[in-house]
Amino acid sequence: MREKLENIRKEVEVLLQQPDVNLEELRIRYLGKKGELTSVLRGMGALTAEERPIVGQLANDVRSFIENALAIKAEEQKKEQMKMKFMKEKLDVTAPGNAVKVGKRHPLAKVEMEMWDIFLGMGFDIIEGPEVEYDYYNFQALNIPENHPARDTQDTFYITNNILLRSQTSPVQVRAMEKQKPPIRVISPGRVYRSDAVDATHSPMFHQLEGLVVDKGITMGDLKGTLELFAQKMFGPETKIRFRPHHFPFTEPSAEVDVSCFVCGGKGCRVCKGEGWIEILGAGMVHPYVLSNCGIDPEVYSGFAFGMGIERITMCKYGMDDMRLLYENDVRFLNQF
Amino acid sequence: MNLPMKWLKEFVPSLNTDPKHYSDVMTDTGSKVEGYETLSEEVQNVKVGLIKKIERHPDADRLVVCQVDIGTGTDTQIITAATNVFEGALVPVAVAPAHVMGGEIKKTKMRGIESNGMFCSIAELGLTLNDMPYAIEDGILILKEDCTPGDDVKELLQIEDTVVEFEITSNRPDCLSVIGLARETAASFNIPAVYHTPTVKGSGDNVENYISVEVKDTEKCPRYSARYVKNVKIEPSPLWLRMRLRAAGVRPINNIVDITNYVMLEYGQPMHAFDYACLDGSKIVVRTAAEGEVFKSLDDKDHTLTSDMLVIADEKKAVALAGVMGGANSEIKDTTTAVVFESANFLGSSVRTTARDCGMRTESSARFEKGLDPEMTLEALNRACELVEMLGAGEVVDGIIDVYGKKWEQVVLPLECDRINKFLGVNLDEKYMTEILERLGFKVENGMIYSPSFRIDIGCMNDIAEEIIRIHGYNSIESTLFASDVKVGLPTESQGYRRRICNFLCSLGFDEIYTFSFISPKYYDKIALPANSKQRNSVVISNPLGEDTSVMRTTAIPSIMEVLAHNNNHHSEAVSLYEMAKVYIPSDDITQLPEEKFKVMAGFYGNGDFYRMKGVVGAILENGGIIDCDYRAKSDDPTFHPGRCAEIVTADGKVIGIFGEIHPDVASNYGIDCPVYVAELDFNELLENSNFERKYKHLPKFPASTRDFAFVCAEEVEVGAIEKVMKKAGGKLVENVKLFDVYRGAQVPEGMKSLAFKVTMRSADHTLTDEEADKATKKILTLLERELGITLRA
Repeated sequence: MREKLENIRKEVEVLLQQPDVNLEELRIRYLGKKGELTSVLRGMGALTAEERPIVGQLANDVRSFIENALAIKAEEQKKEQMKMKFMKEKLDVTAPGNAVKVGKRHPLAKVEMEMWDIFLGMGFDIIEGPEVEYDYYNFQALNIPENHPARDTQDTFYITNNILLRSQTSPVQVRAMEKQKPPIRVISPGRVYRSDAVDATHSPMFHQLEGLVVDKGITMGDLKGTLELFAQKMFGPETKIRFRPHHFPFTEPSAEVDVSCFVCGGKGCRVCKGEGWIEILGAGMVHPYVLSNCGIDPEVYSGFAFGMGIERITMCKYGMDDMRLLYENDVRFLNQF
Repeated sequence: MNLPMKWLKEFVPSLNTDPKHYSDVMTDTGSKVEGYETLSEEVQNVKVGLIKKIERHPDADRLVVCQVDIGTGTDTQIITAATNVFEGALVPVAVAPAHVMGGEIKKTKMRGIESNGMFCSIAELGLTLNDMPYAIEDGILILKEDCTPGDDVKELLQIEDTVVEFEITSNRPDCLSVIGLARETAASFNIPAVYHTPTVKGSGDNVENYISVEVKDTEKCPRYSARYVKNVKIEPSPLWLRMRLRAAGVRPINNIVDITNYVMLEYGQPMHAFDYACLDGSKIVVRTAAEGEVFKSLDDKDHTLTSDMLVIADEKKAVALAGVMGGANSEIKDTTTAVVFESANFLGSSVRTTARDCGMRTESSARFEKGLDPEMTLEALNRACELVEMLGAGEVVDGIIDVYGKKWEQVVLPLECDRINKFLGVNLDEKYMTEILERLGFKVENGMIYSPSFRIDIGCMNDIAEEIIRIHGYNSIESTLFASDVKVGLPTESQGYRRRICNFLCSLGFDEIYTFSFISPKYYDKIALPANSKQRNSVVISNPLGEDTSVMRTTAIPSIMEVLAHNNNHHSEAVSLYEMAKVYIPSDDITQLPEEKFKVMAGFYGNGDFYRMKGVVGAILENGGIIDCDYRAKSDDPTFHPGRCAEIVTADGKVIGIFGEIHPDVASNYGIDCPVYVAELDFNELLENSNFERKYKHLPKFPASTRDFAFVCAEEVEVGAIEKVMKKAGGKLVENVKLFDVYRGAQVPEGMKSLAFKVTMRSADHTLTDEEADKATKKILTLLERELGITLRA
């Protein structure tokens, strides 16, 4: 009898290996009322009293083995069936998704926001001021008196004799210096206006971002260091900068600042016209007259200032060749960024 | 400033560099080079030829065959169609293979006969009639120079020179001269400069016998120097002088005029020569013009002068506009026999305004307006006279008139080495600083710096620091970061809020646009703004580029409409745009600045209707922290469709924005024939009404009851009104009212609409019973009937 029970266990083990085994049939065949195990158990009466509990125990083991095996197999089969079902529900994942249009920030805004974040991170505040401005703030306070030849380089739109459309964002810095005592650490982004007819590289309205730092002991080395840090954050860690002497009435010494071309890395390309450098900044040490015009003692304090055109940087960054695209706002253009 | 290298080398003979390196070094020390070119570089292998024999071409009427000696020992055969050649003529021959301006010259056969080159005209050598006055324009250049066959024509005519173009900044008028740039070159390369002191032999006599000078305005004319030249013979300048002028980009005219230009280029001192015969009363008076005085400049243009303009006059009339241009009445002519040379110093700002107001910016005014060195008038004047003698152009009379009313004051500054080092962030010693300053023409003695007269730009320590560092090298400054207290940079509330709104509109699918702040006043018509609208009162630009950009906008609707129209014209089917747009509201007092404020503009076509726009506006308000806003129909804004426009009203009754469908007439003004939706929200109002403080509320513990209502009501009844009544009637129990169906058509009479609402009711402290919900429902229905006269749909 023991042997029979062992055989049943073995048979079931073998049967369960078959691929399409019908579990219900198997259950009935072994465990059903007329099943093989049941019929073996029926023969228990013929056993001796000593044998009965032992064989009984064995029979129970075999039963629970079969039940367990069937349950495991049933779970497997179910999983298999579900998988088949899911495969029938298969979708073409390459077909287009439901369109969700995400709007784009204007390329000029993207570049300006990048600059905001860099300077905010360096502890600068962002200051703003009027675009329609007094001549005093735009010129006179910046060491550009009336009839100064430097006014030629910034053909200015006038509203009245002493109100104009600011030709630079520097007047905002003058206003800041009047209001705030050093230490001063600000950037002033915004719209500026110059009487230049619209063409591929000129626009009567464009955007600048200027910066100003005034404190005790500020050096020209600090100016270089600050701009170098900015350039590396803005254009990549390998970026280098180069200073060339220049003249601005409101800074002395003054410099034009080139950055190594962030398109070709300095090897020379279309964007940098083969020079490896791109001129993007004007900078210098704040002129003592400007400081004293704003009530800051140049014997005690020194400072640096810098300015850049956001259009120019945007155009270089994206390899654009026509400034007009920025104000035309064609969605086929806007959606490229 | 165009600097011919040959001229430069007269002053810095030891300069030994190529143009590229020269340009780089000069740019690095502050004289920015824009570029350089080699004049007549294209002209190659052009030799002097002696025409020995001319024969007719057997097969061509217009051609002749010439045998030419080009110094090779055997004659070279050249065919030409030119008619001004003759046997014995010396001509420039492009000996094949050669190159001239405009092309390559190869050996060729003309009607079967070989030609080994080409005779050249002046144009083919890159010259003009001004450069070669004895030549003819449409023929071969017959050489009059002393030369022999085989000589190189480029060398003979001194055509070739390298010209470096400088961009000189407005603070350095001294560099608008060959000598000024020679000084910078010497300092930059640390080589000596050799200056020349002009000497005038003179011819006896005395200038005072001929002319006197009276300066009536020493403020505008600090110095006036003059000399007199008699027995003048006007003729072309010699070749070398013409070629110098040509290289510098100045047209040669005649010997006297060329001398004034030559001296201006060499010294940076503008000069003028008057025809003495045209001066009434043997007197020069430097005075301001009479108001309305008419003056004809030597380019034959009439100018009406004002009393703040300085003129050079004789006893009767103005003969020059000081520092700007001479007069036609005293111009040097071929018949001129005596001249007065003027070398003066005029006040920069005066020359600048005069030149600007007369619309005449000249080489002279461009120099004067930046402020010139009053100490150089005499040397320049003597140089001109020296050249007169050198050229044999006339006899210089002894004596100089020099009215020096306002003396130059030397700037003296201490040499503060420590301060300069600290300021620049470098560590240079006093000896080195002194050496640099001396190279630049400063005198340093006992710790004091004496600024030279030509450096009008020097005034304080910063200027000295710049001189030192530009020669030492800007790029040798070590980068440092300023030491400062830790400080957190933060955008202001307004900046942060703007950024929030912009980013949010992007997430709603709107693309950001940037438009000009100035518009055409006609744009107000385009958006149908009434003629008497206050919004037409704009800040007006007095000198606009054109009408299109002549006023500062008071509304940004025209700007976004232009952009929507552009995209519509370019067949973009569905476009949603926004702009954080500034508008400019003029102050009543024109001496005050206008108010500048931001408007949040949104607009779209092709992808949604009025209710999309309303949804967008609602989302902006919600995201912007604004609660409790109401919408009110607005039917009298002519820009918008009268039936599809709403104002946004805050809880305290303030209108903070408007949105709706653009009036179809307005849309058609922009060539758009589909519905366009625009919203204009006042940014400051949004910011002021925003509130981001939130307090947590318990989640509901008890279930809600819902009731659906369907009404048929007149079209005029607004959903908003029904919602309000429902909320009022239901009181605290009403949690939400939601319109879920609007129906018009079969079974609903014309002029009526069917509306279906779902009302959610809930109590915070118990499960609502049916009786309670029914009671509330009844109250809602009663109040709806009483206030709006509507009843449940039968």
